[in-house]
Amino acid sequence: MTDSVRFLFGHEMRELRDVDPTRTVLQWLREDQYATGTKEGCAEGDCGACTVVLGEPDGEGGMRYRAVNACILFVPVLDGRQLLTVEHLAGADGAMHPVQRAMVDHHGSQCGFCTPGFVMSLFALYLEGGRPDRQRINDTLAGNLCRCTGYRPIVDAALAMHDYPWDDPVRARAAGTAERLTALRRTDTLALAWQGRRYFAPVSADGLARVLGEHPDATLLAGGTDVGLWVTKRHMDLDTVVHVGDVAELHGIHEDADGVAIGAAVTHGEALDVLGRRFPDFGELLRRFASVQIRNSGTLGGNIANGSPIGDSMPVLIALGARLTLNGPDGRREMPIEDYFIDYGRQDRRPGEFVERVWIPALGGDEHFRCYKISKRFDQDISAVCAAFRLRLSDGRVVAIRTGFGGVAATPRRAPRTERELTGAAWDEAGVRRGEAALAAELTPITDMRASREYRRLVAAQLLHKFYIETTDPQARTRVLAEEAAS
Amino acid sequence: MSETDTRRGNPGVNVARPHDSAHKHVSGSARYVDDLPEPRELLHAYARLAERAHARINRLDVSAVDGGGVAAVVTPEGLGTTNDIGPVFPGDQVFADGEVLFYGQPLFAVAAGSIDAARRAAMRAEVDYEDLPAILDVDAALDADADLLAPKRWRRGEPEAAIEAAPHHLEGRTYVGGQEHFYLEGQVAMAVPQEDGDMLVYSSTQHPSEVQHLVAKVLGLPDHAVTVETRRMGGAFGGKETQGAQIAVIAALLAQRTGRPVKYRLDRDDDMTMTGKRHDLRIDYRVGFDDDGRIRGITFMQAVRCGYAPDLSHSVSDRAMYHADNAYFLENVEITSRRLRTNTVSNTAFRGFGGPQGMVGMEHVIEEIARELGLDPLAVRRRNLYGVDERNITPYGMTVEDNILPELLGELETSSEYARRREAVRAYNAASPWLKKGIAVTPVKFGISFTAKHLNQAGALVLVYQDGSVQLNHGGTEMGQGLHIKVAQVVAEVFGIDLERVRITATHTGKVPNTSPTAASSGSDLNGAAAYNAATKIVDRLLPVIRDHFDVSTDAAITFRDNAVYAGGRELASFAEVVRLAYFRRVQLSAAGFYATPKLQINEDGTGRPFYYFAYGAACSEVVVDTLTGEYRVTRVDILHDVGRSLNPAIDMGQIEGGFIQGMGWLTTEELWWDEHGRLMTHAPSTYKIPACSDLPADFRARIYERGENVEEALYRSKAVGEPPLMLAISVLHALKDAVASAADYRVAAPLHAPATPEAVLMAVQAVRGTVGAGVAAAQPEVAG
Repeated sequence: MTDSVRFLFGHEMRELRDVDPTRTVLQWLREDQYATGTKEGCAEGDCGACTVVLGEPDGEGGMRYRAVNACILFVPVLDGRQLLTVEHLAGADGAMHPVQRAMVDHHGSQCGFCTPGFVMSLFALYLEGGRPDRQRINDTLAGNLCRCTGYRPIVDAALAMHDYPWDDPVRARAAGTAERLTALRRTDTLALAWQGRRYFAPVSADGLARVLGEHPDATLLAGGTDVGLWVTKRHMDLDTVVHVGDVAELHGIHEDADGVAIGAAVTHGEALDVLGRRFPDFGELLRRFASVQIRNSGTLGGNIANGSPIGDSMPVLIALGARLTLNGPDGRREMPIEDYFIDYGRQDRRPGEFVERVWIPALGGDEHFRCYKISKRFDQDISAVCAAFRLRLSDGRVVAIRTGFGGVAATPRRAPRTERELTGAAWDEAGVRRGEAALAAELTPITDMRASREYRRLVAAQLLHKFYIETTDPQARTRVLAEEAAS
Repeated sequence: MSETDTRRGNPGVNVARPHDSAHKHVSGSARYVDDLPEPRELLHAYARLAERAHARINRLDVSAVDGGGVAAVVTPEGLGTTNDIGPVFPGDQVFADGEVLFYGQPLFAVAAGSIDAARRAAMRAEVDYEDLPAILDVDAALDADADLLAPKRWRRGEPEAAIEAAPHHLEGRTYVGGQEHFYLEGQVAMAVPQEDGDMLVYSSTQHPSEVQHLVAKVLGLPDHAVTVETRRMGGAFGGKETQGAQIAVIAALLAQRTGRPVKYRLDRDDDMTMTGKRHDLRIDYRVGFDDDGRIRGITFMQAVRCGYAPDLSHSVSDRAMYHADNAYFLENVEITSRRLRTNTVSNTAFRGFGGPQGMVGMEHVIEEIARELGLDPLAVRRRNLYGVDERNITPYGMTVEDNILPELLGELETSSEYARRREAVRAYNAASPWLKKGIAVTPVKFGISFTAKHLNQAGALVLVYQDGSVQLNHGGTEMGQGLHIKVAQVVAEVFGIDLERVRITATHTGKVPNTSPTAASSGSDLNGAAAYNAATKIVDRLLPVIRDHFDVSTDAAITFRDNAVYAGGRELASFAEVVRLAYFRRVQLSAAGFYATPKLQINEDGTGRPFYYFAYGAACSEVVVDTLTGEYRVTRVDILHDVGRSLNPAIDMGQIEGGFIQGMGWLTTEELWWDEHGRLMTHAPSTYKIPACSDLPADFRARIYERGENVEEALYRSKAVGEPPLMLAISVLHALKDAVASAADYRVAAPLHAPATPEAVLMAVQAVRGTVGAGVAAAQPEVAG
């Protein structure tokens, strides 16, 4: 076993041995390294002031970079990676990076506190190459909040950042960096101990099973976009943490004609391509799911495993008929994903078990699928209501319909009475009305800060109606985003 | 400075300059309080917050707090001096003293080696509460007659009679939500004990002098023993005008107890829970009007949620009254203001300071009138605008002397193609049953000056060194608004030197004393004028030296430009050489400057001339609304805003655009939500939604009104810009109302209150269709028709 965390801080090799495994990268930067350019704005991954860039070998001799939130990232996750902060952007002679120059030239900073985070998000976009359009900029910056500028000058800076001549030193050194990091690649489990706290990062499914066999009650850590908050917000002490993010077998995406299987450690960002291609509406929902930083860390498996009633992906997966595979001491078991969610905060996961993958069946050519996310703010908001529908029609009648809802009960769920009401009925105005009535009757939403129960119930019913309109009148204008793009 | 002509090729003012710290912002090298190198033996503070809205504290036992590296615990009993930090009136407290007045009120504070250690220690204390009845919103406060401050009323003419006599009348009510500042940098202070018991405090505050005064008061020290320094804030927006004091006081108290430096930084949740916000209001009105929509008589009752204590609520409520007219002449008018006590956080300053809420009330009435008469709301707005030479006296007796709104509105109406687009919106809606568009134009008239007259003063200290470099100090603070660069531009202009020769410094109570808060949009007007005064004093001392040394006759003009001094077009010497010359002649090269705003006259009841001048603007917003879900997008915004003659168009544009988006957030997605226990549940960005990048309208056209010029002799004829643009966003609320009203063929006004969340919009759609709760089914005939 390896007992130290090794990574590149900029281009400098670091090895940490005596470190609190639940210390965040932001704390390490600011408090241990006095690298105060990276800021804390919220400590929950919602404001982006702490954005840093993580690099890892792309497997083809180069590097792949992604923006993440340092405030909810635990230090051991840096193992084998390169950490870049706003302090690393300048050229050899101290010259500002094009992103920084564009931000100055376009008056993209006012108070300046959010600025390093914006710079790092844009730096990650810059490294991706290609001149971004407005949509891509909006998506890139959805997880960076600015309270001063109103964003216009930042968007202009992003549009202009490729106008500056620059030979990016990070990109220029990528091959060497990849080589150095590849040399760090572990073949064994990283095992840290610090003042009674333990942290394990196995690299194989066998290793994971072994660790969980010894620590069946450990906290499973995937992207940390939820577990990180247990520490930074709820101030919990996590005694034993097992990180599944390095487990090779959990990273695969396998596609065939029947469907797509997604490993539990695949991030939302990685899953977006394939899901968006197969289920365009799911892709649109994932685009609005949290932020780039969160999607770059958070995993589909983690989102499912923790079973939040308002997690955006579950209603969609439920409606699509996804199946979940768990693995554990007693072997594998598979279940319809909706069966995993037992009650608020309770899931069907036994001690020592972990979510291995989720399998999503393909859509038939005669099937309709739509999903909808309703939130106060369009981007990077947790939904008040999420609804998804999968429908098979024949001669104007419903052969089969599956529904999935979030935000309307203690768990993500189907609406079985509504499905029964609709199945076999004519897919027409009167039929869908009966469905809406059944839906309003069987959902049990609550009132909270995101929405009232009345609104949730009403919207859920009207989303079914919207689905009806969209499946029967393709010309109807029903999406404000499309209208915004058209105007 | 009569003698010099400072107009030149490379002007200091009226030119776009980047923010002075921009290169540091983008490189992460701009230091905020939490970034300062930490002194030896630094302790971290944490305050335990109450978990009741209103309760008697029967027992507060901190005996379990000690240990684990805890260096000090400070409770209200242990203060020894005072627990009161009310900025004007008493009431705002350091700690709850025997009685909890809101959920989240600090109970006591701990200092330990780390924030985590301090928090864990504080949580070990035992608190026994005895619940008391709590008042949690304005309606409950009105029902209970819970006036925190005396009500206020202005009256002109005979409003009731005028309303009765008018051909049409309406009455109604609207609610205007509060707002969290959400400065990205949370509240923070670091107190460092000095010799003789003195205290140096680094504070993220808009008001260093008040922090100095309140720290001194609670520590039992004279003001001269406390020094406060503020280099910059990571945003403030009014939220650090008074709210920084409590943080600084707690840090200083613990520093005094321990003799060690103490830093107190709030995490986001505690910050949002325990610091004040924009006041939310209920506004009741009655109005009588003509067939063409002209208002004959009107009454407003503004019920203001002050929270548990006064803070600045009297002035905020006053400003809501001052802006109850927005841009409209109200001949017969009564405005009543109730300043109400609730068991919620003590509300405070927020960009616009009550003015925006007052304006929302007025614009709501305009909308109601327009729908009642079936008129275009813009036509009703135009009919009620203040006149230029008549119909130009405000309800508080001030004459509007420079009303440019008719002209400015006309220009915006043309440039935004309002008439054509309004027809296009109508046509779109007729063909689109589910998505509806809306468009609206609203004007802004905002009074500039502190309405507490004494605050309209400022000081500056300008130091010229022998090499001709200049250090600039003034009483204003930098929160991102670009104050420092503007004031530096003024000094560079006066001396005719490059901006880079002027060094901006931290605001420091030891350099400029008795300062006013950087607030009320007044920062550059006041501090720029004080710096101008200081710099011209120095120029006036240099002139005799120049005349004597270079033998320039008194009738020849001397000019400072291009880093040199000229007489009649002849370059005499560089600025640095002149300075050195003066030094050897024993001429003082530093000066304290001062400025007090002229013409202000405020009566006991607040009437008179509270404002030096008005800033104007207007905006046209267009939206598209989903009537099935209440979701919407703001698709296009046109803004025309008056900043007088802009000192720095880039900085001013930043204020205009940023203010608009912040105002849009206030009126749309930013919702403060308390549960039934009075606990704020929207206390982090995961639940409190300020605008994100994609909320910037896809088509956003903001322009500075080019003909703008201050009729008053304000700094280089510029106008204040900090607050007024926020209110341009009222056009978004009204565009949403327009879209909602279309769902019932514009026959009824949308009962849409702020914030217009998707939920509020959907419920308003349901209401105008007369089908609340019935869902799509009942809506269908209307839609299909």
